[in-house]
Amino acid sequence: MYSEKVMDHFVNPRNVGEIEDADGVGQVGNVKCGDIMKMYLKIEDDTIVDVKFKTFGCGSAIATSSIATEMIMGKSVEDAVALTNRAVVEALDGLPSQKVHCSVLAEQAVKAAIYDYAQKSGIVIKGLENFVPTDDHDHHDHEEEDEE
Amino acid sequence: MKKRIYLDYSATTPIKKEVLDEMMPYFSELYGNPSSIYSFGREAKKALDFARDRIAKAIGATSKEIFFTGGGSEADNWAIKGIAYANRQKGNHIITTKTEHHAVLHVCQYLEKNGFEVTYLDVDEYGIIDLNQLREAITDKTILITIMFVNNEIGTIQPIKEIGKVAKERGIYFHTDAVQALGNVSIDVKELGVDLMNFSSHKIYGPKGVGAIYIKKGVKLHPLIHGGAQERKRRAGTENVSAIVGFGKAVELAVENLDGHIAHLNKLRDKLIKGIQENIDYVKLNGHPTERHPGNVHVCFEFIEGESLLLSLDMVGIAGSSGSACTSGSLDPSHVLMAIGLTHEIAHGSLRLTVGDFTTEEDIDYVIENLKVIVDRLRQMSPLYERVKGGQ
Ligand SMILES: Cc1ncc(COP(=O)(O)O)c(C=O)c1O
Repeated sequence: MYSEKVMDHFVNPRNVGEIEDADGVGQVGNVKCGDIMKMYLKIEDDTIVDVKFKTFGCGSAIATSSIATEMIMGKSVEDAVALTNRAVVEALDGLPSQKVHCSVLAEQAVKAAIYDYAQKSGIVIKGLENFVPTDDHDHHDHEEEDEE
Repeated sequence: MKKRIYLDYSATTPIKKEVLDEMMPYFSELYGNPSSIYSFGREAKKALDFARDRIAKAIGATSKEIFFTGGGSEADNWAIKGIAYANRQKGNHIITTKTEHHAVLHVCQYLEKNGFEVTYLDVDEYGIIDLNQLREAITDKTILITIMFVNNEIGTIQPIKEIGKVAKERGIYFHTDAVQALGNVSIDVKELGVDLMNFSSHKIYGPKGVGAIYIKKGVKLHPLIHGGAQERKRRAGTENVSAIVGFGKAVELAVENLDGHIAHLNKLRDKLIKGIQENIDYVKLNGHPTERHPGNVHVCFEFIEGESLLLSLDMVGIAGSSGSACTSGSLDPSHVLMAIGLTHEIAHGSLRLTVGDFTTEEDIDYVIENLKVIVDRLRQMSPLYERVKGGQ
């Protein structure tokens, strides 16, 4: 059901952990839905010099957070803000449709951490003007049952 | 080959050799249609009757009260829809519980859309119903009580005999899904006072896609599968003879070895529970401490999620199951875990391991060893665990 890429990131997740003196920390998701992602960023000169994550969730939640950290490492803040869930899915060679919400969560976690950084440093970041940090995220799609 | 340990016997079981041996001739040598009158047909018919006798004997019924079906789900559908539609003039009310298998729950939901009313009884934290709530739920429109014998997730055994008494007092049909009970608890339909009881072969070391239902003499219900005159005109379709033969043998073995089987499973189950509790913190055992399927271990590990746990176990060759939302394919964790009052947070970290006849002590040692490492690894990754460690 999962691609080899997903399994690789699940079994050997990159950048797991915390950053004690992080410049930005973002947490998204909630326990009710069964996924929580927490992202830590170290930012120097507008560049992400370190990133770590912790995730409570299913295999794809762990894999999407892992690959998202890889995708933003060394990038400018602006580029990181531009990370889309679609790019995360593509980088993982696809996700089962009921797991796509995990990639949305990964995108949101990155944005939430950068938003926190912007708040702390009193700056406005392009692409995050309308960002609202929230615990909610795209829920699993309700599958319509056919029953006559 | 990589080590593989199967701990999902409640999902399905391997076919035992003795069972397979009895089945084999019925594929290509004794292939007649049991409805045919010539010798080929008569041989097949004889095999069906023999299997029917074995099953009847195993549960204290007569052969005429046993009907074969294409599995446990079909039999659940038949029992409930069959009684509902045959007794519609008497009433439209059905009583069941919140912890039934989907083969019962979804039938009830379907009937609700078609003019029936259903009461879903609560269960306590162990998964057991309240007999008083059952009594109070009965109205003069109640035509059926359907309550499972042994729960497939948490292994809880319901007080079937007491429920049977209540049903009898009020003159209401009582059906019990005994798919997880057969071969794991002793069953005597007369003593239990049930009117309908159904089974599935693949849970007791028999082939898949075959099951049976006990319909007490005199109980009227509509057929589910209309067609030919098979199964005394009550269930149409050419019988799956080889599978039925295998099922018959599996039932016989299950009943013959019941005490040994229970003792073996209990020993391994208790070893596994003890091993988990002694080696892993923040773990909760679900289900009833004593009124429990002999091979069922159901636990919740706090701060981690079930699917990632299953994937990790699979990486080291261990097969188990979980009731987390991510594995149930829906938004919520399993309805059973919700019904026993677990929070979403706890229910997401659920793991069911069910041991069986081929499980060994070494298997359990291997599982405990690996589980400990896996749970710890996932917790180290979890932002929830961090919070707890910090707040200690
Ligand atoms: C309690 C219970 N009822 C019904 C079924 C369905 O049986 P089958 O797989 O034979 O349709 C199962 C098995 O999944 C079960 O555990």
